[in-house]
Amino acid sequence: MTLIIEQLLNGLQYGIMLFLLAAGLTLIFGIMGVINLAHGSLYMVGAFAGTWVATETGSFWLGLPAGLAAAMLTGFVVETLVVRRLYSRDHLDQVLATFALILIFNQIIVLIFGRAPIYTALPAAFSESIEILPGLFYPPYRLLIIVAGLLVAGGLYLLINFTRIGMLVRAGSTNRDMVRALGVDIRLLYTFVFGLGAMLAGLAGYMTGPLLAVQVGMGEQILLATFVVVVIGGVGSIKGAFVAGIGLGVIDTCLRAFLPGLLRNLMPASEADALGLGISSMGIYLLMAIVLLFRPKGLFTVEG
Amino acid sequence: MKRIILPAVIFAIFLLLPFLAEWLGQSALRTMGARIMIYAIAAASLNLILGYGGMVSFGHAAFFGIGNYVVGILYHHYSSGEPLWGIIPGSNQMLITLPAAMLVAGIMAAIIGALSLRTSGVQFIMITLAFAQMIFFLFVSLKTYGGEDGIIVRRTNEVPFLNMRDKTTVYYFILGVATLYFLCLWRVVHSSFGTMLSGIRQNERRMVAMGISTYRYKLYGFIIAGMSAGLAGGLMANMLRFASPDTLHWTKSGELMNMIILGGVGTFFGPIFGASAFLLLENYLAEWTEHWPLALGLILLVVVLGTKGGLKGLVDRVLGSNRT
Repeated sequence: MTLIIEQLLNGLQYGIMLFLLAAGLTLIFGIMGVINLAHGSLYMVGAFAGTWVATETGSFWLGLPAGLAAAMLTGFVVETLVVRRLYSRDHLDQVLATFALILIFNQIIVLIFGRAPIYTALPAAFSESIEILPGLFYPPYRLLIIVAGLLVAGGLYLLINFTRIGMLVRAGSTNRDMVRALGVDIRLLYTFVFGLGAMLAGLAGYMTGPLLAVQVGMGEQILLATFVVVVIGGVGSIKGAFVAGIGLGVIDTCLRAFLPGLLRNLMPASEADALGLGISSMGIYLLMAIVLLFRPKGLFTVEG
Repeated sequence: MKRIILPAVIFAIFLLLPFLAEWLGQSALRTMGARIMIYAIAAASLNLILGYGGMVSFGHAAFFGIGNYVVGILYHHYSSGEPLWGIIPGSNQMLITLPAAMLVAGIMAAIIGALSLRTSGVQFIMITLAFAQMIFFLFVSLKTYGGEDGIIVRRTNEVPFLNMRDKTTVYYFILGVATLYFLCLWRVVHSSFGTMLSGIRQNERRMVAMGISTYRYKLYGFIIAGMSAGLAGGLMANMLRFASPDTLHWTKSGELMNMIILGGVGTFFGPIFGASAFLLLENYLAEWTEHWPLALGLILLVVVLGTKGGLKGLVDRVLGSNRT
């Protein structure tokens, strides 16, 4: 039982990660209509910049603003130089241009930091597992991620629903041309949204650092899962990204944790592990295919 | 008459390439030529649905990889002597394995296409990617077939009356298949079916209004493209004597798309130029610096953002000056 709760918490934590990435991506998708494959690169930039500062200064908390700022600045630069030219293009050009950006970012990171993965040291307060339920010990850092993610989700909810910028964002995802016709500087709005998405990606990247290795290519590993979240949740819907992100995080983690064990009852251990891993990797894609077949626009569609 | 010059020149280059390679003492050039031809087939097959039909499939590597694996799996069962599922015997005969690769890829394309084509736009891009990822993870998890290591095909499949151990013979076999393929593709593109595909790209609603069942024609296009990619994958397994999960990876789909855009989307010879440019760039940039993806990325970015029509457009503009 404790094992199941632990895996559910792990799933929740992974789901929060996916949500942080997907929230930015779905806004960029929904409002600007751009498929941004380079979103994973912003995640990587945040992780590298933050981890580097944390290692140099020895302070985990100083790394955080550095990671956020680096990802956001990179986002601004990418938006101004490349993505801005893609708004009026078709999806093919967007996919290819941002695919090229992945190649470029990966190599820039290799040039600066090399190929070896780097690790972030956790603050001392987080090194010991704490007992959250009788008999259930859980690393507090993962709990911190969950709390931080929920705070961000709440903040985004307030931002989108109760501020002027949020209103423009909602209006922009419903009818772009109308917003422009009403005299809103849509370019500024686009840059803001892109920077916000980049910052969230950077946050996710930096927070992942102590859990996984910070290395080149880390962005692509999570990018495809993020796209699955965006598409299942419905393009442009933050609520959809939240629900789908946490749902997929839990499902993916539980499949990975329990499927090989179940298969071992049926076949030799080594084959069961390989097949279990394969099927659990397929899981989220299978889910996306099923959702799209029944709801071609995703679970939560933005009206318009 | 002028229409024949370009294909004739391309054919002549590939025909003479092995002699040139021998004369220069660089057998790598011949291997490069064979890779270009195979990728040109794969890219052209994607171009049929993407360039002509307007279906941006981001999972085309699935069919390329399936063709690759069909040859590998048939060889695996041929060398072990155990039939697949107890009924299908393995084979090392090219005239069996290549059609089998096309058949399996075609069946998979029919299934994936029938489901995916119910969506459009971003969702279509993502669902094709999803299916390709499922197939990738499926093959990686099959320990019998090497898992992440792939299958080594010890000898190139045999063809009656040909000595397939000779690399030059393999090269000319690939050239023969590629020529045949592009002749067939020419017929397809210039048939009423090809016109239909173009019409769907330009305005699907109008085609529906004209009483054409667009879903059916898009599906036919998807299946033909899948089969052709399977053919390319089968040839690849024979040339490299290796069936690898890399051929199924999503970045391979991206590479195929890059080849098309480099060459020129929706042009007949574009994929040939694109595959040549992409592979040559990759090869020579890699010799020049280990950070070649940076240069490749910058070039791609410039091509996507800055040119319309890719290399083929450039060739046309150069040739166009004396075409009046």
